[in-house]
Amino acid sequence: MYRYDEFDHDFVQARVAEFSDQVQRRLAGEITEDQFRPLRLMNGVYLQLHAYMLRIAVPYGTLNGKQLRMLGHIARKYDKGYGHFTTRQNIQFNWPALSDIPAILADLASVEMHAIQTSGNCIRNVTADHFAGVAADEVADPRPYAEILRQWSSVHPEFSFLPRKFKIAVTGAERDRAAIQTHDIGLHLKKNAAGELGFAVYIGGGQGRTPMVARKIRDFLPEADLLSYCTAILRVYNLYGRRDNKYKARIKILVHETGVEEITRQVEAEWQELKDAELKLPEADIRAIEAYFAPPVLAGRPEGDQAVKLARLDSKGFSEWLDQNVVTHRHPDYAAVTISLKGIGEVPGDASDSQMEAIADIAEKYGFDELRVSHEQNLILPHVARADLKAVYDALVGIGLATANSNLISDIIACPGLDYCALATARSIPIAQEISRRFASLERQREIGELKLKISGCINACGHHHVGHIGILGVEKKGSELYQVTLGGSADENTSVGEIIGRGFSSEEITDAIEQIVETYLGLRLDPQEKFIDAYRRVGPAPFKEALYAGEAKAA
Amino acid sequence: MKILTANRLTDGIAVWYADGGWAETVDHADLAHDKAAENRLEAIGAKAYAANEVVDVNLIDAEVVNGVVQPVRLREKIRAAGPTIRNDLGKQAARAA
Ligand code: HEM
Ligand code: SF4
Repeated sequence: MYRYDEFDHDFVQARVAEFSDQVQRRLAGEITEDQFRPLRLMNGVYLQLHAYMLRIAVPYGTLNGKQLRMLGHIARKYDKGYGHFTTRQNIQFNWPALSDIPAILADLASVEMHAIQTSGNCIRNVTADHFAGVAADEVADPRPYAEILRQWSSVHPEFSFLPRKFKIAVTGAERDRAAIQTHDIGLHLKKNAAGELGFAVYIGGGQGRTPMVARKIRDFLPEADLLSYCTAILRVYNLYGRRDNKYKARIKILVHETGVEEITRQVEAEWQELKDAELKLPEADIRAIEAYFAPPVLAGRPEGDQAVKLARLDSKGFSEWLDQNVVTHRHPDYAAVTISLKGIGEVPGDASDSQMEAIADIAEKYGFDELRVSHEQNLILPHVARADLKAVYDALVGIGLATANSNLISDIIACPGLDYCALATARSIPIAQEISRRFASLERQREIGELKLKISGCINACGHHHVGHIGILGVEKKGSELYQVTLGGSADENTSVGEIIGRGFSSEEITDAIEQIVETYLGLRLDPQEKFIDAYRRVGPAPFKEALYAGEAKAA
Repeated sequence: MKILTANRLTDGIAVWYADGGWAETVDHADLAHDKAAENRLEAIGAKAYAANEVVDVNLIDAEVVNGVVQPVRLREKIRAAGPTIRNDLGKQAARAA
């Protein structure tokens, strides 16, 4: 795992000291809210409905037991006993007092964590595949490059006041688990014919009120050119991106308005000026960062096969969990475990202080002290010996986190919505909870198969609804909550934006409508192997429209 | 009818203007029945903001139900009570206890 060097330590400490001073001056009334707001946002502090909110970065979603235990400590000491893991591999605390934030940041710094650049019009926390370094289908671990990008983008003087926020995601596998095509820059790490590492580069993806799928502007960028090329993209964006209208300020709008050929030409021209200068990454530097991410030494544990076989016979619950939440590891004696933060009827992405501490213990005992936050708001134990899976399962059962629903309909992404968020137009969490309860039976969920349901409480789309197989967007209409349904979205290597299926549903109707959509799918799929998204792509919206609205048309 | 609401600077907690100060619950917030009263509340809010007591100051619609003041919009109802999914959090927690 990456460890701070002296520079990182000094940088984070200096920032804690600087922001602590700014908080003190604010509390003493020496600076106004207008002066303070941009300063607090640069440090992840928002104001929400009930209180301040602090967003803490988990760079490329990787953390260790000590760090998670510290998050649990912060939840208990300064907050209300829980935190919310987000789709951007961050964690948010919903109730910190402004006066406590300096102490929280000092605690975080003691375990090499911070809240820098988790907000504001800068380059945000770089996200990566949560199975990085583990997945069998990966050409190389994408996290060293995410770390290189982090170092380059932290308080980058030229890119700290961009037209708008800027999000980068990296994947190292053909199967995209990092949703790279929904990001401002998406990087797909791959090998060329000569076996050299490099990236396919995508730009201009984004969600929000104008969802767009990123466009590929380069099929192969040598790894040494990562920073010069990203600099070229950001320069073009910084220069031509719109600053007159916040809703048109993201790079996706620039790509759309300029045209992908022209913007590619501009980026390439800028890059010609930069590519052979100081931004070229020396081979030795890349390999040095890579060394930090070397996987743990995984001793052979061949007894795992037998242990798993026996445990399966012993426990149906374990067997189901194994099938749903455990995936293969590059090492045949090991596996990666998804800890579902989506218990039936629970708040998606929330974990309590004691759960965080217990998970930290499990990671230290059975998981080589490594954890991941997934963009699907779950936690991952990336390296668990198959021989230890039953012990891990039992420990998770003990803290109520063994729900075997990874990638099923109750594995819902949901933003905080109107229960917390100052920008929300409707609630999202209670809708997620009701749908989860309606489909509580795991047997029924498995029968339905992979289905990504995603909910946002306003058009900003933090809950990824545009790219949900089923997306739900909560809006306000005449003073009540109304839920619009989109179908056919997807955030993998075949990214697509869902289509609005018809008029919205009230909070009382929405769960029935979702059930109707699911039943319609079950009725028309060719066989149980045809996933919802594939069936939708085959048949289109018509049968779903018919099922949802035909009665109305006749009644009218 | 309107009431004046904000978040307290030090801890961000939602507050409502009542009886010459900032109350942590909405129940007895000062009601503005006419434009003049609204202006008065607005001036109080602006002053408290300038004095760095509160942030995000807003005049919001309210009504009186069973003798207590209640906000009209759902957003403000949730601010006044706490998250609808966790009765143990926010203002409603103290009320239940
Ligand atoms: C609660 C405080 C939050 C605020 C004020 C907030 C604000 C916003 C805004 C204004 C946008 C739209 C940006 C644009 O279109 O230019 C946005 C997008 C987004 N947010 Fe949030 N958000 C919050 C929480 C979250 C949470 C909890 C998550 C993860 C669960 C999240 C993840 C995202 C993602 C993935 C996007 C869309 C990607 C994109 O930028 O195109 N946000 N957010
Ligand atoms: S989508 Fe809207 S309601 Fe949900 S967290 Fe983002 S800004 Fe808030």
